[in-house]
Amino acid sequence: MITSIWTWLTAPAQWSGAGGIPTRLWEHIWACLLVLVIAAAIAWPLGAWIAHAGRGRWLISVANAARAVPSLGLLFAVAMWMSGMFSGSTLAFTIPPTIVLVILAIPPLLAGAYAGVHEVDPAVRDAARGMGMTGGEVLRKVELPIALPLILSGLRSASLQVIATWTIAAVLSVGGLGRYLIDGLASADYAQMAGGAVLVAVLALLVDGMLALLQRLVVSPGLTGRRRRRARTGIPRATASRPTA
Amino acid sequence: MIRFEGVTKKYDDSIAVDHLDLEFPDGAITCLVGPSGCGKTTSLRMINRMIELTSGRVTIDGRDIRDQPAAKLRRGIGYVIQHAGLFPHRTVVDNVATVPLLNGWDKRKARARAHEVLELVGLPGNFASRYPAQLSGGQQQRVGVARALAADPPIMLMDEPFSAVDPVVREQLQDEFLKLQGELGKTIVFVTHDIDEAIKLGDQVAVMRVGGRLAQVAQPAALLADPADDFVADFVGRDRGYRALSFADTPSLPLASEPTIELGASVDQARAATSDRWLLVVQDGRPQGWVEPARLTGPIEADSLHRGGTVARVDGPLRASLDAALSSPARRGVLVDHEGRLVGTVRAHEVLTAIEQTDRPRSDDEASGGIRLGKERG
Repeated sequence: MITSIWTWLTAPAQWSGAGGIPTRLWEHIWACLLVLVIAAAIAWPLGAWIAHAGRGRWLISVANAARAVPSLGLLFAVAMWMSGMFSGSTLAFTIPPTIVLVILAIPPLLAGAYAGVHEVDPAVRDAARGMGMTGGEVLRKVELPIALPLILSGLRSASLQVIATWTIAAVLSVGGLGRYLIDGLASADYAQMAGGAVLVAVLALLVDGMLALLQRLVVSPGLTGRRRRRARTGIPRATASRPTA
Repeated sequence: MIRFEGVTKKYDDSIAVDHLDLEFPDGAITCLVGPSGCGKTTSLRMINRMIELTSGRVTIDGRDIRDQPAAKLRRGIGYVIQHAGLFPHRTVVDNVATVPLLNGWDKRKARARAHEVLELVGLPGNFASRYPAQLSGGQQQRVGVARALAADPPIMLMDEPFSAVDPVVREQLQDEFLKLQGELGKTIVFVTHDIDEAIKLGDQVAVMRVGGRLAQVAQPAALLADPADDFVADFVGRDRGYRALSFADTPSLPLASEPTIELGASVDQARAATSDRWLLVVQDGRPQGWVEPARLTGPIEADSLHRGGTVARVDGPLRASLDAALSSPARRGVLVDHEGRLVGTVRAHEVLTAIEQTDRPRSDDEASGGIRLGKERG
């Protein structure tokens, strides 16, 4: 089995042309990127605003409940509902899965942004306001930077989910690595199916690793605990300390 | 001068502050003190509009605080809170530079100023690049004070700034804060629930009672000597008479010279130095502790000293002199000069005689509303 996967993966035919791995990989990456950009554009401002303003918390609950919706079922439902709208265009295949995956990606992104901003120490927020920051400044300069670790955690879990689920979207004749699984299934080519699955897994791990690296780079060391060791030199003793006799 | 005129804060079903009339004189520390729920923090937060008042008026130098946008008002007022509220994602120096940057200073100038202020609060340069999580609670509070001072505001609002640190560090922070205020002369509103802290730090103390009413406003000495009513007397607490001695400068006490021995001296030298049970050990003229020559088995070492006695400054308050006498194992209180060198010893009854001869602090000042600034502190 492993040999046949290896043979499939290393065959020169897989690495060129319209059905080749590079093309499928790019299709997959672009589709996921588009989904994540749209989802983040909706979820991040919304989550941050809900936490900052303390209003509309029910939206978080609704989003979390939406995680329970089965993605494949939703995919078919949206595809059938929209089938008439883009007849004849390839958009008829691309748009429904994009919408479904955006819906799928929103909950983790929203929860990350909300939890991140919500968990900012009230004393920190109070100090920021008390020093004369406007609401927007508090959000930009204090709440968002402090929320960054959780925002990025949300992004990581959303990315994993979107990369994995775009594979399923291949049932709707869209590009991406899912083609190997769906087409392999149709033609009973199990080496192709397994090879596709390996590729998806590798892509997901790579992206997650890159985001982890990004997290290390952009999150302030003051937040991560990487520089949490206690001060070694003590404070100078006060001149007023009293000697004893 | 900050002035409250009939200031009231109402919430739906309760009154937090009730028709408060109060003046906070320039260059002085006014302590707002009272039990929880007395509206002291609410009063403080109404000054920088973190809480908007319901009715009445707050003015700063005659100008209504509502005349300008809240954010602009706040940038001109230092703000220190209980848990410091430092920005965890920013280094110490960037925390301190916050308000100068908000005021549009360029980054280099703001940082230079931040380093300057950090020095002022006793945090040397190597702290600047650390993050708040790397600091102790006391150090975080210092940074909090530095951050409030960075833009050099004439007014500082301090909401229980020292109450979250342990007692030893708290006392140290209080002493340094008084020293700093002696140099800077800010108009300070200081909220605390600790009457001792209020009495120690305040030029003026305003005691508030539950329901947001002012119970008494007076200088600390007058508050101890003449509480306005049972509530204030109760709140000010026990040992009022003793604590009031903190405000009475020590008159010239009859000092006795004390035989001493240098640290490191031998048993024989110690036994030759005195016939008394206790012998005072000094180093470079500075008292180190007491020993019992009869019990010595070897040279006098730092470890073997009895250090239970306190040391008082000869020009300090009477309370310290009395405490030195009471706490000394030899019953002789050790008095030192401003450099910590031994001047002589004094007995408790001699301090008491001196106290008998001092006038009780008077409470006339509060009646006229005036307060004496720049009072001496022991």
